[in-house]
Amino acid sequence: MSEQSGAQAMQFGIMSVSDITRDPTTGVTPSEQERIKATLAIAKHSEEVGLDVFAIGEHHNPPFWSSSPTTFLAALAAQTERLIVSTSTTLITTNDPVRIAEEYAMLQHVSDGRMDLMLGRGNTGPVYPWFGQDIRQGLPLAIENYALLHKLWREDVVDWDGKFRTPLQGFTSTPRPLDGIAPFVWHGSIRTPEIAEQAAYYGDGFFANNIFWPKEHYQRLIELYRQRYAHYGHGTPEQAIVGLGGQVFMAAKSQDAVNRFRPYFDNAPVYGHGPSMEDFTEMTPLTVGSPQQVIDRYAAMREHYGDYQRQLFLIDHAGLPLKTVLEQLDILGSEVVPVLRKELAKDRPAAVPDAPTHAARVKAEFGDGPTRQARPGANRGDNLTGDSPYQDSPAPAPAGAAFGLSRKEA
Amino acid sequence: MATRRIAVISAGLSNPSSTRMLADRLAAETVKALAGHDIEASVDVIELRDYAHDITNNLLTGFAPPALETAINTVVSADALIAVTPIFSTSYNGLFKSFIDVLDPDALTGKPVLIGANAGTARHSLAIDYAIRPLFAYLHAEAVSTGVFAASSDWGGSGDDVAPLAKRVEKGARELAEAIARRETTAVVDPYDPATYLGEGRSFGHMLGGLAGE
Repeated sequence: MSEQSGAQAMQFGIMSVSDITRDPTTGVTPSEQERIKATLAIAKHSEEVGLDVFAIGEHHNPPFWSSSPTTFLAALAAQTERLIVSTSTTLITTNDPVRIAEEYAMLQHVSDGRMDLMLGRGNTGPVYPWFGQDIRQGLPLAIENYALLHKLWREDVVDWDGKFRTPLQGFTSTPRPLDGIAPFVWHGSIRTPEIAEQAAYYGDGFFANNIFWPKEHYQRLIELYRQRYAHYGHGTPEQAIVGLGGQVFMAAKSQDAVNRFRPYFDNAPVYGHGPSMEDFTEMTPLTVGSPQQVIDRYAAMREHYGDYQRQLFLIDHAGLPLKTVLEQLDILGSEVVPVLRKELAKDRPAAVPDAPTHAARVKAEFGDGPTRQARPGANRGDNLTGDSPYQDSPAPAPAGAAFGLSRKEA
Repeated sequence: MATRRIAVISAGLSNPSSTRMLADRLAAETVKALAGHDIEASVDVIELRDYAHDITNNLLTGFAPPALETAINTVVSADALIAVTPIFSTSYNGLFKSFIDVLDPDALTGKPVLIGANAGTARHSLAIDYAIRPLFAYLHAEAVSTGVFAASSDWGGSGDDVAPLAKRVEKGARELAEAIARRETTAVVDPYDPATYLGEGRSFGHMLGGLAGE
C-alpha cells in the first residue's frame, strides 16, 4: 500500500480521446510521436496542478493513437506520484476479458493501486470485425465479457463456459489483484439503459459521458442507475457511485475564450460543421468562457445529477496545441477545481460516499488488518489438477476455502 | 368518444407549399373519416423546412436540438402518421429522408402511415410505390395500400377525370382511419423502464443467462 492520498469526496481530472487532429489555425497536424509525448506531458501536468485523475480512451483506428492504454498508463504511473490513471473507455466488447483481467491487474500492481478503468462498447462499428467480433452482439458481449472479467478478478481458479470465447478450465488470471482487491470499474454510457443496469447490478460505478448530448439524456440514465443500485441492495440511490464527463475552454475574459476556441470548435471531429458553438454550449455541458462561468456551470451539476464522485474534463482535443492545453490545466488547477471542490462539498450529505480509491476499498475489506498477498504454491508442473496455486500469507487459508482466502462470489 | 393523435410531416421546401396543401387535405379528410368511427382526432403538422438546420445538426452530432426533439416525439408518439414529400429525382426529397434518418429505426414499427407525394407531372406518380413505400416497409411501419399523389394539374383543374384528387384523398384517408380504428391507442414505451429492456419482473441476472443461474 503506497497510495498516499487520503479520502476525497470528489475526484477531478481530465480525459483524453487521443485524437490526432490538424490545428485549424496553423494547418499543422502533429505526428503520432509528438501527440503521444504531448499527452504524457499533459497528463503529468494534471498532477502538478492538483488534479486527481487522468483517463485515456482506447481506439484502434486513425486519427486516434491510444490502442494500448495500459502501456501508456503504466509509463504515466511511473512518472507521477499520486495521480490515479484510468481509461475512458476500455473496450469490453472486443477485448478478450482474460487479457483485460491480466493487463489491468498488472497496471494495478505497478501503479500501487493508483488505477481504475472505465468500460465501454467502442466508438466505431468496424472495430468489432478487426477483433473477430460482431457489432450486432455489442450488448451481449458487454454483458458476458464483464461477467467473466468480474469473476477472473475475484476467483483464483475459474471454470467458464460462455457464448463468446473458448471455455476455461481451472484458469488462473495472473497477477492476482493487488491486496486481493479487484480494480474499481466504472461502466461508461452515452445512451444505453442496459449499461446503467449492469453497473447497478454489480454495485460498480457509472460514468455518464456528459459531453456530446443534452443533460436530459444523462439525467435519465443516472437516475435509472441510482434506482437500480438501490434495487440490487448496494445502498440508497444517493450512495451510488457516479462520474461525469465535461468539456471546457477558458480564458480570463469570456470573449477571449470564445474567439480562441471557435476555430477548434468549428472544425472539431464529432460536432464540427454542425451546430454553432453558441447553440452547442447551450445544449450540452461544453462551457467556453471565464473560469467563473465554468465554476457556475459545473457547480450546478449536482442539481441535475445528485452528489457525485468524479468529474473529468475533456480539454486536449480538436487540434488544440500542447501549450494551450497546459494553460487550460493551469487555470483548471488554480482557479476552477479548488472552488468546485468547495462548492460541491457544501451540504454534501454524510451518507454520500467518497470517491473510490484503492486505499479506501482495501480498508473496507480488511480494516487495518493485513491484506491479501497472493503467492503461488510450489509448481508441480500441473497447474490444473494440483492443490491450491496460491498460498496466501501470513495467515493460512481459512478452513473450507479451496483456494486461498475465501472470496465473496459475484 | 375515443381520441387519437395524428402527426403530419410535410417536406415541401417552399412557402406556400403544394406539399403542405396535400398534407392538410389528407389530415382533414382523415379526421372526418375517423368521426365516422366515433373517434375524435387531433392533428399536429410538422413542416420539416422549419427544422432543416436542426435535422442536419442532429445528423452530425447524434442528438436532436430541443425543438426537433419535440417534433420527433410528436411523430413517434402519434397514433398514425401522414407523410408527404415532393418528388425530387424520382424519390422523396433529401429533407424528408434526413428526418426519417434521425428517428430511431424502431420508432415507426407498427404505426399506420398514409403516404402522400406531389410533383409537376403525373409521370412521377409511381414514385410512391417504388421509392417511398419501401422506406416505410423497411421501418416496419404499416402504410395503407393507397398512396395519394398530386400533380400540378390536380390543383389547376380536374387532372384526372376518372379518379379526381378529392376521391383519391378520400380513399387514402378512409384506409388510414380504418387502420387507426382497428388499433388501441399507441402506448408510450419508456426505454428507461427496466421492464422494457429486461422484461416484466426480470432482473439483470436474466440477461446473464445461465451465467447467473437465473
